[in-house]
Amino acid sequence: MIASRKSGKLGGLSDKASDVVLVTLCVIMLLIVAYPLYYILVASFSNPYDVYAGKTFLTPSGFTFDGYKAVFADANILSGYANSIIYTVLGTIYSVALIYMVAYPLSVAELPGRKALSIFFLITMYFGGGLIPTYLIVKDTGLMGTIWAMFVPGGLAVSHMIIARNFFENSIPGSLKEAAEIDGASKMTIFFRIIIPLSRPIMAVMVVFSMVAYWNDWFTALIYMKGSQAPLPLVLRNILIKSSASATQASMISGGYAELNKMTEMIKFASIIAAAAPMLVIYPFVQKYFEQGFMAGAVKG
Amino acid sequence: MKNNAAVKVRSGRSLERRLKDNWQLYLLLLVPVVITIIYKYGPMYGIQIAFRDFKPSRGIVGSKWVGLDWFVRFFSSPNCGRMIKNTVLLSFYSLLWSFPVPIILALALNQLRFKGLKRTVQTVLYAPHFISTMIICGMIRIFLSPSGGLINLLLGTSIDFLSESGMFRTIYIASGIWQEAGWGAIIYMATLSTVDTSLYEAAKVDGASVFQRILHIDIPELLPMAILQLILSASNLMNVGFEKVYLLQTDLNKATSDIIAVYVYEQGILNAKYSYSTAIGLFNTLVNIALLFIVTRIARKVADYRFI
Repeated sequence: MIASRKSGKLGGLSDKASDVVLVTLCVIMLLIVAYPLYYILVASFSNPYDVYAGKTFLTPSGFTFDGYKAVFADANILSGYANSIIYTVLGTIYSVALIYMVAYPLSVAELPGRKALSIFFLITMYFGGGLIPTYLIVKDTGLMGTIWAMFVPGGLAVSHMIIARNFFENSIPGSLKEAAEIDGASKMTIFFRIIIPLSRPIMAVMVVFSMVAYWNDWFTALIYMKGSQAPLPLVLRNILIKSSASATQASMISGGYAELNKMTEMIKFASIIAAAAPMLVIYPFVQKYFEQGFMAGAVKG
Repeated sequence: MKNNAAVKVRSGRSLERRLKDNWQLYLLLLVPVVITIIYKYGPMYGIQIAFRDFKPSRGIVGSKWVGLDWFVRFFSSPNCGRMIKNTVLLSFYSLLWSFPVPIILALALNQLRFKGLKRTVQTVLYAPHFISTMIICGMIRIFLSPSGGLINLLLGTSIDFLSESGMFRTIYIASGIWQEAGWGAIIYMATLSTVDTSLYEAAKVDGASVFQRILHIDIPELLPMAILQLILSASNLMNVGFEKVYLLQTDLNKATSDIIAVYVYEQGILNAKYSYSTAIGLFNTLVNIALLFIVTRIARKVADYRFI
């Protein structure tokens, strides 16, 4: 045994050699994921013709800010931005509040009817009415074309609620709650004075998850909202998927079809960066809580 | 154990007393419960329009009962077979290819000794998960463009990939792995972080290499979680990501990209055939529920026989 430890090779590679293999593997994965994003970033600062001629694999060619200038001069994109910000802020407040309002009561062991209430919420995770029945209810309750349609019907993420509930049960010391109750604190006082302050990490994760969901959502707006209420991704559909220039862009261009075409391509790259950047900047701040959160959620489904 | 604890609590205080003590909790639950009843259970009640000839002016119950007419119409529509086949195959291949990647990522990252590199790799691998499907599909279209798209530049070709129905599944699955594999690894990383480190130490003393440690310690540790994840994804087999298929569909790749979810949207929202669309959606849901039962049953059998 001692001999094998010295050589470190019994039945396989030495630790050093395996380090090399692992590091290589990880760096390759890193490049595969990062390069497409990097390529778009470089393209967003380049002349689109150079991009399509293959001159921008590593560095921009014909460096320019024109793409970004065009993006932020486009009235549709700006209104999409504004709409997205409103939906994201209101939706996140609503969703996180709802998660807490359900998760806390369901984490209190002596609550009569706790089990039935849990099942009541859990069922909606596995079974739903489907697209049209939901659409008809949203219509009947008068939410169509109002800002409420963006978050009220689908705002409670039950899977996230379970993560929060498990966190309240397992990671907040029961003795704290008991001591507070002996001191005569009401359930509401415990909620505001103990649960909320002690669950900051999980709240941070919930806030980020909700923000990302609302910022990236376009389908809800596609079926419930009018054109002028479109959030950013839906505005970008015309540019990215249908490849058509918006009216504002067309009016800005005097150089005819070729110029318009060039502008459309530039806007594609720049708008991808402009739309993705906010969320990509935010998530690393709460990254360390992700594993913790998932583990808390996995303990008890 | 839990029951005993509950009984203790119960015998200590009467139900009436406990209801009184907890009224504030019910108050907190009031709004979420009402919203869930209206927007989650309301639509479930509305599913019955799949069996009626629903006319908005007559209301749900006032509309004529037509039994299984809409289902019959769907099954006899010309593209029905193709849509079911495309939905199942896209999902199945997607599961087949996407399932192992996060596990491999987690195993490799977990054994990485350089914490700084590990964190950087994790941060980067998570990034695509936070990007909207709309943006991802825009990027896919840029990269696959026949005139100067990155892939064609690298291959020196000018293929219009999105017009080739034979390429659709590959595009869908590869981009899906690119976007979600890193994120999917989190659950496995979290599971591996609970491994008792003394096991690694003991294995090291016995001269086990990193790969032997992965094979004999990490993989057995991950197996239950992997099976659980497999069950969860398999029971979702019919829920192919509507958004991505819808955004990548072109007239020319429909032979493989025509799936049930897109048809439900087109018939229901664009053509306002409410009952027809609901019936097809219901069929989809029922297949999913059946799959969930079958897969859980199989997994329970396999798991019993393997772990106990």
